[in-house]
Amino acid sequence: MQKIGVFVCWCGSNIAATVDVEAVAEAMKKEPGVVFSANYQYMCSAAGQKMIQDAIHEHGLTGIVVCSCSPRMHEATFRKTAEAAGLNPYMVEIANIREQCSWIHKDKDMGTAKAIVLAKAAVAKLRNDTPLQAGTSAVTKRCLVIGGGIAGIQTALDVADAGYEVDIVEQRPTIGGRMAQLDKTFPTLDCAACILTPKMVEASQNEKINIISYANVEKVSGFVGNFKATIRKKARYVDETKCTGCSLCTTKCPSRKGKDEFNMNLNTRGAIYIPFAQAIPNVAVIDPEQCIKLKTGKCGLCEKVCSAGAINYKQQDEVIEREYGAIVVATGFRPMDVSALNEFAYLDSPDVVTSLEFERLMNAAGPTKGTLLRPSDGKHPKTIVFIQCVGSRCEENNRRGKPYCSKICCMYTAKHAMLVREKYPDTDVHVFYIDVRTPGKNFDEFYRRAAEQYGVDYIKGMVGKVAPENGKLMVQGSDLIENKQVKIAADMVVLATAIEPDPTARAIGTMLTASMDTNDFFTEAHPKLRPVESPTAGVFLSGVAQGPKDIPETVAQAGAAAAKVIGLLAKDHLVTNPCVAQTNELMCNGCSQCEKVCPYGAITYIDKEVRGPGVREVRRIAQVNPAVCQGCGACTVTCPSGAMDLKGFSNQQIMAEVDAICR
Amino acid sequence: MPVTNSEWKPKIVAFCCNWCSYAGADLAGSGRLSYPADIKIIRVPCSCRVNPMFILRAFERGADGVILCGCHPGDCHYTSGNYFARRRMTMLFSMLDYLGIERERTRVEWVSAAEGAKFSKTMNEFAEAIAKLGENRKLGDIRCKK
Amino acid sequence: MENKNLFAETALRISGVNPKKCMKCGKCSGTCPNYDRMEYHPHQFVSMVEHGEIEKLMQSDSIYECLSCMACVERCPRGVEPGKLVEAVRLMQIRMQGQDRKGPRDIPEFADENVPQQLLMAAMRKYRK
Repeated sequence: MQKIGVFVCWCGSNIAATVDVEAVAEAMKKEPGVVFSANYQYMCSAAGQKMIQDAIHEHGLTGIVVCSCSPRMHEATFRKTAEAAGLNPYMVEIANIREQCSWIHKDKDMGTAKAIVLAKAAVAKLRNDTPLQAGTSAVTKRCLVIGGGIAGIQTALDVADAGYEVDIVEQRPTIGGRMAQLDKTFPTLDCAACILTPKMVEASQNEKINIISYANVEKVSGFVGNFKATIRKKARYVDETKCTGCSLCTTKCPSRKGKDEFNMNLNTRGAIYIPFAQAIPNVAVIDPEQCIKLKTGKCGLCEKVCSAGAINYKQQDEVIEREYGAIVVATGFRPMDVSALNEFAYLDSPDVVTSLEFERLMNAAGPTKGTLLRPSDGKHPKTIVFIQCVGSRCEENNRRGKPYCSKICCMYTAKHAMLVREKYPDTDVHVFYIDVRTPGKNFDEFYRRAAEQYGVDYIKGMVGKVAPENGKLMVQGSDLIENKQVKIAADMVVLATAIEPDPTARAIGTMLTASMDTNDFFTEAHPKLRPVESPTAGVFLSGVAQGPKDIPETVAQAGAAAAKVIGLLAKDHLVTNPCVAQTNELMCNGCSQCEKVCPYGAITYIDKEVRGPGVREVRRIAQVNPAVCQGCGACTVTCPSGAMDLKGFSNQQIMAEVDAICR
Repeated sequence: MPVTNSEWKPKIVAFCCNWCSYAGADLAGSGRLSYPADIKIIRVPCSCRVNPMFILRAFERGADGVILCGCHPGDCHYTSGNYFARRRMTMLFSMLDYLGIERERTRVEWVSAAEGAKFSKTMNEFAEAIAKLGENRKLGDIRCKK
Repeated sequence: MENKNLFAETALRISGVNPKKCMKCGKCSGTCPNYDRMEYHPHQFVSMVEHGEIEKLMQSDSIYECLSCMACVERCPRGVEPGKLVEAVRLMQIRMQGQDRKGPRDIPEFADENVPQQLLMAAMRKYRK
């Protein structure tokens, strides 16, 4: 017979306010097997843990039930507590009486009654617990970073700095990401390229970092410490090892119809191109959709002018398979498509641009060489209207946009407005805003400077309509403070477009079985305490893939993710989850059903002599590899003879819980 | 044949997978989104761990409703577990229906770790449906009856 | 005070609008094509209903100036639907006067599946002369 101790936590007033903790502890004393029961203000505190350990020693407890917060929060804490007192850590059960009881019920009697039932269920499960021993698995000391923007680059640099190999997989022909497209950065107004490109160079020169550009991760299998990824490197039709990046081919290419993605499609480029001058790798790439040679077989001009002989029209996709210990998701963002918001006339006029397009128009390396000219007629705009929150802060499930605040728009709009007023002081600049949100170091000062020193006209209100009229854009909006409707004849309208996760993120999330929220941002393991880890072990989050962020935050998070990766890769072995499937050899008849449902291929069959009451024969039986099994339990239900069971969540344990709840 | 009994309190068992729905339930808790106390949650590693036997056992012991929550299809932490669960439960529920346990007493729902509000809403709806149906008949093994 | 609450409740019941969803962005007033002729503008409407100032609205000409074009309903990012509130207050005023040109029984003969219900109702009440 087990000796069970029950410990009821008050969690300050979080539990004690709606659950009579005294009564719960008292009721548990009557449960069979319970020899000790107590309550305390904070069980997870040092004093609380000591109380548990003292009770284990004093009463010779063989198992403990802690009635407290969610096991997702403190199960590990209490397991360590028990282990330190000499108890098997898997003889600990948690009754979740906070998240699933005290926090959601207001009536104290009801809360107490439910807490007692939950505690009884935990005791019933514990009565069927057996001590478990955790195994170990080796760690592959290489890290995969998906995405080569500033987030991915920073994480890779930090991980490589600690001496571990890193592969960056970037879907575009060059690393650099969104930051490479920016003109200046707030609030310091230093040029984005000047601070980013040295980092790109550093990454390419670091011998621990391997950049796999123009590639996609196609498949990921395995588990923490032992991932296996399949990466498809798309054909560039240019030999990376031979190309010198002289860009002669790009100037000679006769096809000029390709949209320049790097310049947000504001101009065109050749079929063979280098995205921008500082691209890394600085290697040309052929767009097969535009290349005359690849489409018709005639041309081949680039091959003729290339003195390095790097052009290879027959190049094929390359598939790379590699093992990793940790994976970092740094997939970033893109601006939302605003064409559905027809009141802004984005599709009707080329002079209505998104903020990222405006960045390119202001950028010295952009399509206008940094001179602000409006796309329709190439003239200097004299009146510019900026509209904030375009597509952000909509109602949940609203087809017009996203429910979240995109966070960076207030600041970059202030930056744009300021830069325009500085470069072209004769320009009228109006900003329509709902709220100006500037929580950040030197952020509010920056915004105030735009309004006070640069004379940017901030209007509290929203634009309802933009109508192209005789070469002008008639902007109609509300001014809520003046309580009037304003009409502005503008030359250009800039939409502070909401940002959304890169479209590849969803597929990557599914591949990694890493959870995502309804907006396709990756979910963190804990919103406050584990912000850079995915709930899936071994998967870490960096940058906007997790939620909207500006550059300093992204860099900080990238560094934090790297620290977590280094912490993982520094270990030679990982303790594996002992809650794995196990075969009852006497009952198994080797039917092979379980093998078919196992997603990890952890089950094999062997011929083994089985000995039991009245049995002694060689049989084919299933065997589970505990290092590979992840403990989902699919096999336990499939097994027709009931031979397969899951340690820690056995049939008996769950049945006991069911019984206790339905009693 | 629902029995009307003023003292009757429904007993509802919710099986939640550790990675999505249990976390969703935690989120409902931290958001203080209430649902009836009649619902008690059992944590399982994956929805595919739920053996039809557990559900039969619950009804045998007097449960009035059983709900199984897992990750959304395609998002299973173990890649494919929820597909197994979905198929198994479709079979089981149709059998239970045949045995006289109304379809409304059994349910499969997908709740992600980010859907605290959905969890609470689902549980409220389910509890309401059970309350409407009234007390359940107990399943029993006739071989054991004297 | 009692009257005030009753009015507010009625307006909310008829319209099915929750003015608390409003984040005061001003999109409705920025959109409104008849803004200049309204004494109370769409965003004020929402705010005033939220604060129970229905009587002021009922006495204002604004409720007749609204064109029922529903542009504000279409474009509101939070789904507040100010146009429906205006419609509701207008309805309350007209109901109180008992001046419906047609009773509910007469409606079926005018019903045409191609005409939006809301427009039909609005037309019956506004252009009764």
